[in-house]
Amino acid sequence: MLKFLTENHYEAGAIILFGIGFLNLLLQDNLIKKFIGLNIMDTAVYLFLVAQGYIVGHTAPIAQAGEAALATKFVNPIPSGLVLTGIVVSVSVTAFSLALVLRLYKKYKTLSLDAVLELLKEDKEDESNP
Amino acid sequence: MKNDAGKWEKFFKWINGETTLDSVILAKSRRKRFLKRKLRQQKAQIMANKLKRSKRKIENVICLIVAAIFIGILLYTASGLPICGRWENPANNEVTKRYIEKGVEETGAVNLVSGMILDYRAFDTFGESCVLFTAVICVAILLKRDKNNTDITEDTETAEDDAISNADGNLILKLSAKIVTPFILLYGIYVILNGHLSPGGGFSGGAIIGAGLILYTTAFGQESTRRFFTYETFKKISSGCLLVYCFSKGYSFFTGGNHLESMIPLGKPGNILSGGLILPLNICVGIIVACTMYGIYSFFTKGDI
Amino acid sequence: MILDYVLLGFLIICAIGTTYAKRLLDTVIIFMAYSSVMAVIWALLESPDLAITEAAVGAGVTGILFFVTLKKVHALKGTRD
Repeated sequence: MLKFLTENHYEAGAIILFGIGFLNLLLQDNLIKKFIGLNIMDTAVYLFLVAQGYIVGHTAPIAQAGEAALATKFVNPIPSGLVLTGIVVSVSVTAFSLALVLRLYKKYKTLSLDAVLELLKEDKEDESNP
Repeated sequence: MKNDAGKWEKFFKWINGETTLDSVILAKSRRKRFLKRKLRQQKAQIMANKLKRSKRKIENVICLIVAAIFIGILLYTASGLPICGRWENPANNEVTKRYIEKGVEETGAVNLVSGMILDYRAFDTFGESCVLFTAVICVAILLKRDKNNTDITEDTETAEDDAISNADGNLILKLSAKIVTPFILLYGIYVILNGHLSPGGGFSGGAIIGAGLILYTTAFGQESTRRFFTYETFKKISSGCLLVYCFSKGYSFFTGGNHLESMIPLGKPGNILSGGLILPLNICVGIIVACTMYGIYSFFTKGDI
Repeated sequence: MILDYVLLGFLIICAIGTTYAKRLLDTVIIFMAYSSVMAVIWALLESPDLAITEAAVGAGVTGILFFVTLKKVHALKGTRD
């Protein structure tokens, strides 16, 4: 386990960050902190993916003019391409979730999930017994 | 005597930057609304605290134990991975070899990542542009103002905030935005156009242009941006660019791995006009991303583009 | 090598910091710092496209979105959670 932590430190760090983000998503009461936890989970997964594609000693995959593009000189470009799409999708999800938080706040005037659930229950009871 | 002491306090607060003079004048109506809102928030908070304390503690402990077991399993599984950064890892297989060695001559792009996401795997980038477009539409559905949606309190607050910030003059923001915004937009256009020659591409360039537009709107107000960017423009540009991308690369859904040749010549790698369809697709993606970023910001602050 | 460990440690400390911050303003600022250090790590891992995109999108646009939401939710001006 110690060998894993020292030699694959990027993967280990990514898994620990995933755990921290996951705990935030589960246990926080405030809605905005939950979505910050979701964002941290996203970036942890991207770190894990890009660490799979890194090769020690090779450089970024941009071919220089006049030199042959050998596979022994460049880092693996495929995980980079996947994560590029992922970063933009993460922004879209954050924007949509914050719009939902705004609408919830406009109706219930609170940011705490427990309070919103209680008020929802009360509204339902008011509707069923007029 | 009491009035004088109050005035001197307010004056010192204004010097220290904690209030503005107008906010002192408008304080009374704001205070009423603030108290009403505080009352409603306290009622909601009391309701949240009514949940039995012991039940919440047990839930927290169970969540912590489950999460710890989950992370432990993940760490144990990942410890079987090969050492990071070795050349012989199974992740670097023949697909990587093909993309690197034949990439420049088959796609014409010098930046191999751009060539990969806009030529070999262009369909995935199309899906990602659709996700961006859907996000803007969903935010518009939730937050756009129309007859059923307007709230008098919120409108008065926004109008008051605007009056306060305009009364100050906003001098630093306006002057720095006047100097910096042309450079930001120029840099964004450079990053998009050089996507296949150097690091960058459609996504980064579009995000930079979007950030420049956000700075311009914050400094000069939404009226000056509405001179060239209205809701109709937004609709036409966004859907137009997405349709152009769809018609140029959407056939992969039906033909699978077979590739239809576009009539645009590949050119010499290293020039700007090279790479076939990569340059027009980069421009399309950049425009979609810029419109999305600015549109989301504008729906959040004003409710309308 | 030491730089990797220092940056990863900073990331973990920032992530724990967002959990325990009392005001929402502090949480968002720590999150923007987290994004910026993530952009530096992408540059260390030899992916310059990702570094530019993460710096523009993560620390820029997402941070602005969070600030605008906090303004609409009346969480600025020093109020507690």
